[in-house]
Amino acid sequence: MSSIVISTVSLSIITALFAVLLTIADRTIGNYGQVTMTINDDKQFTVNGGSSLLSTLIEEKIFIPSACGGKGTCGYCKVQVLEGGGPVLATETPFMTEEELADNVRLSCQCKVKQDIRIQIPEELFNVKEFEATVEAIEDLTDVIKKLRFKLPEGEEISFKPGQYVQLKAPLYEGNDEEVYRAYSIASSPLEKEYIELVIGFVPEGIATTYVHHHLEVGDKVTINGPFGDFYYQDNDREMVMVAVGTGVAPILSLLNFMRSKGINRKARFYFGAKTPSDLFMLDYFKELEEDLPDFQFIPCLSRVGEEDEWDGFKGRVNNAIDEMLEEGEGKEAYLCGNEPMIDSVVKSLTEKGMPEELIYYDKF
Amino acid sequence: MIELNPFVIFIAAIFTNNMILSNFLGMCSFVAVSKEINTSLGLGQAVTFVLAGTSIINYLVYHYLLVPYNLEFLRFIIFIISIAAFVQLIEMILERYIPNLYYALGIFLPLITVNCAILGVSLFMVIRDYTFLQSFGFAVGSGLGWTLAIVALAGIRQKLKRASVPKGLEGPGITLIVTGLMALAFIGFSGIVQIS
Repeated sequence: MSSIVISTVSLSIITALFAVLLTIADRTIGNYGQVTMTINDDKQFTVNGGSSLLSTLIEEKIFIPSACGGKGTCGYCKVQVLEGGGPVLATETPFMTEEELADNVRLSCQCKVKQDIRIQIPEELFNVKEFEATVEAIEDLTDVIKKLRFKLPEGEEISFKPGQYVQLKAPLYEGNDEEVYRAYSIASSPLEKEYIELVIGFVPEGIATTYVHHHLEVGDKVTINGPFGDFYYQDNDREMVMVAVGTGVAPILSLLNFMRSKGINRKARFYFGAKTPSDLFMLDYFKELEEDLPDFQFIPCLSRVGEEDEWDGFKGRVNNAIDEMLEEGEGKEAYLCGNEPMIDSVVKSLTEKGMPEELIYYDKF
Repeated sequence: MIELNPFVIFIAAIFTNNMILSNFLGMCSFVAVSKEINTSLGLGQAVTFVLAGTSIINYLVYHYLLVPYNLEFLRFIIFIISIAAFVQLIEMILERYIPNLYYALGIFLPLITVNCAILGVSLFMVIRDYTFLQSFGFAVGSGLGWTLAIVALAGIRQKLKRASVPKGLEGPGITLIVTGLMALAFIGFSGIVQIS
């Protein structure tokens, strides 16, 4: 008995000694004092050196997209470091293209702030805020897809372009021991500034989707930051071809909601891909949109329908629907959101119809 | 215990009792980071450096903390902790004062924490009852021996890139066969000195 106590106590003491030693080292050797961070040559911040560029920026309430929470595994948090970043680390190179290396782009979670530093970030990132939002409603769209409505804190607003996304923080819960951020496109209209709607599908063993589907309840608080992304509504008069599968419907919904509330008169066709009739959702809502918008048509495409389903809509995948139904691509623009194979095949079909590639906007997930 | 000259132990640790080729310790990084001579040399240096440091710390911890309180049985866990702490400390010091070396060693330093050769050396020096100088000689020798083995393997693998290896043996497969042949070759040294 006594040997158990002695070994536990001595092990704790020795471990504590090392911990104290390392803490002292961190305070002395790891302390780089105050340094100046200059962003886009016009904003200056005095910050404490020693931590990663990503967490230094978060301290100053500037949010860079990052899905892994700074572990150097997602490769999203790229920032152009003009001066003071030190050499590129081996942990960064796998995520970098040659042009990015030449442009001094760094992973901000790996690059440490140790001296005065000068960085360049897109202006719109200053618009990114973090919110403690409250879950106001959860609606089951299908067995595996939920639509969630979040209310932002009193007096706070989000301004975004329709099509952009936010990041939702999955906190620690039973069975999950790491905090991660995951990106979800906003489905609500940007004119509704106090609410955000997200459409979230369930991914088996997905950290954030398990949290949303099995743990989140109405009234819970969640951390959301945003908006991010360069997939958004383009202001012009071209005819719009919209294509989505599954939860890719979210940014398209945002576009349509925006067009409805602004009274925008553009011809729009939305091809929505699914497998069976039970994968379809919000059909009444799209009917409403068809009535409210001057020239909008919702075209559901089912790839796995049998005789018993009595389906009289399009049979096949979305790219087949475009091959068959779209007359020509010239003079039109496209908004695609979905998985990589779907996007690749639809881009191919659209370019074959004569749509220039620079007018095909997409969001792959 | 026979009184061996620390220098004899040093030589033996490089050739006859090579950590990789006779004890097969530290295999994971040996196989993973032996594609190029430059990187494997960097890793070898880092291993040697950490071995020298941790052997001193673990010698002191073992003989002045664990032995007096009859806590020898805790050595596995204590050694691991002190190795981890040492590596962390070294990383901080290098980053601050010798950034060039820090960037050169880069990702290798933290990887070394879990290199079994490091723990192996600390345990061997205790099991074989080495004195302080013997332990230090053993540690530095083991580090250099490890470096020698990984650099040699990297040289062979650079040549192998141009050879046509059967599909199923590409990568780690052929590497392990090469390691086995190198170990056989190193048996040739065994006549020089013996320490275990």
